[in-house]
Amino acid sequence: MKAYSLFSLARNAMSYHRNWQRVWRSPDPKKSYDVVIIGGGGHGLATAYYLATQCGVNNVAVLEKGWLGGGNTGRNTTIVRSNYLLDASAGIYEHAVKLWEGLSQELNYNVMFSQRGLLHLAHSVHDMQEIGRRGNAIYLNGIDSEFLTPQQVKEMLPIINLNCRYPVMGGLLQKRGGTARHDAVAWGYARGADAAGVDIIQNCEVTGIRVDNNKVVGVDTSRGYIGARKVGAVAAGNSSVIAEMAGFKLPLESYPLQALVSEPVKPIIDCVVMSNGIHVYVSQSDKGELVVGSGSDAYNSYSQRGSFDLIEHTVGPLCELFPLFSRLRMLRQWAGIVDVTVDRSPIMSKSPVENLYFNCGWGTGGFKATPGSGHAFAHSIANSEMNEIAAPFSIDRFNSGALIDEGAAAAVAH
Amino acid sequence: MFIIDCPYCGKRDQTEFSCHGEAHIARPTDTQNLTDEQWGEYVFFRSNTKGLHRERWVHTHGCRRWFNALRNTVTDEIFATYRVGEVPPGAAESQP
Repeated sequence: MKAYSLFSLARNAMSYHRNWQRVWRSPDPKKSYDVVIIGGGGHGLATAYYLATQCGVNNVAVLEKGWLGGGNTGRNTTIVRSNYLLDASAGIYEHAVKLWEGLSQELNYNVMFSQRGLLHLAHSVHDMQEIGRRGNAIYLNGIDSEFLTPQQVKEMLPIINLNCRYPVMGGLLQKRGGTARHDAVAWGYARGADAAGVDIIQNCEVTGIRVDNNKVVGVDTSRGYIGARKVGAVAAGNSSVIAEMAGFKLPLESYPLQALVSEPVKPIIDCVVMSNGIHVYVSQSDKGELVVGSGSDAYNSYSQRGSFDLIEHTVGPLCELFPLFSRLRMLRQWAGIVDVTVDRSPIMSKSPVENLYFNCGWGTGGFKATPGSGHAFAHSIANSEMNEIAAPFSIDRFNSGALIDEGAAAAVAH
Repeated sequence: MFIIDCPYCGKRDQTEFSCHGEAHIARPTDTQNLTDEQWGEYVFFRSNTKGLHRERWVHTHGCRRWFNALRNTVTDEIFATYRVGEVPPGAAESQP
């Protein structure tokens, strides 16, 4: 792999940018691999990247049924933060933020990570108590968090309407939070993994998991059988489908989560604003579009389409908080299928089948964890034992009752 | 989707209803002797079917009665709605 630099940019400019090296190969699948990763989204590609670069496992394939980052990696609202209440969550999400901070350098690929600050608004006494408790817990975990008065919120965001129907009573700011370019994360990890010898195979759908004596031996795919000593399933909304192939169920339900973007405008909002109370979140992309989201639809679905009423529930509070946005036109609306656990915390775990590992259940907030999730999962697969960051997120917690209940704690919005 | 046929009230807008997940999960009767795994299975583990899914709905902003629906989770098409206690349509050939 040739490194990207100012010199390579100048050199390629001489030939009108027609001779850039391909970013990754498209090899035919080999007969077998040491590790097969199912799912070529951010988490799967990050897992492959860290397996190859840090764990000494190079004989790895990533199987993607569509195109890289075409699922939830390309459908999220690109928000990164680590302001979670519980210790296990702080462990994984802060691990991720620390990796985000050096990611563009490490990958030699600009993931456009922008720590523009992330502001949670409080609209009621309950909200104030929630951010008080959570803000202090975050602080005690060594993660930055600051309380803002409504006046400080107004200074940060002059366009906000503090006296909306549910007036803004305060805010919780994580300055190290922000956004990243979602596609670039998939592409950067794919490029790095490919350079380290990982085979990235697109348009290759897994149709079956072969198990012999309760041990995984390979996967059937739309491009034939591929043997595997270990399999890591990182299939987000389709994780339950993979589990069914292996003959067990997961504590997951899949829901559509939608987002929408406006027409591009000049810079108007320079941080990420989230409101759990009235339920909307918004940031501005570097292209100038407002990226807006809220809650998931409340019924199981694999349709990748959200329902219309949720759009109204999203733009209603948006226009209430920022009345001037009522003049904007929305350009696109879409949905991704998110796999949600009952405690709203992910699953990084062994499964009932030996050598078959699952990394799923990231629900409505997986993007922010991409580097941390890939890193922890890669080390866990390589050592055949979940590492200290991943261990609390075992499937066994749904039997033992040791849930990591961020559903009640950390906010709905991601 | 978008129009749901309540078995009690007839066709109404989807926003009047709420979905409460997989239907026909019977509460275990032998609760004194269940293992953690059996409790976990009952409380948390779901089929999360991609395809025909039998699920519970309640007509929250209408008659407030519970009923079941048979829906394709890939297309969101609802094939049938039926009252609690009724035999699910097509139960013989495609019980999940």
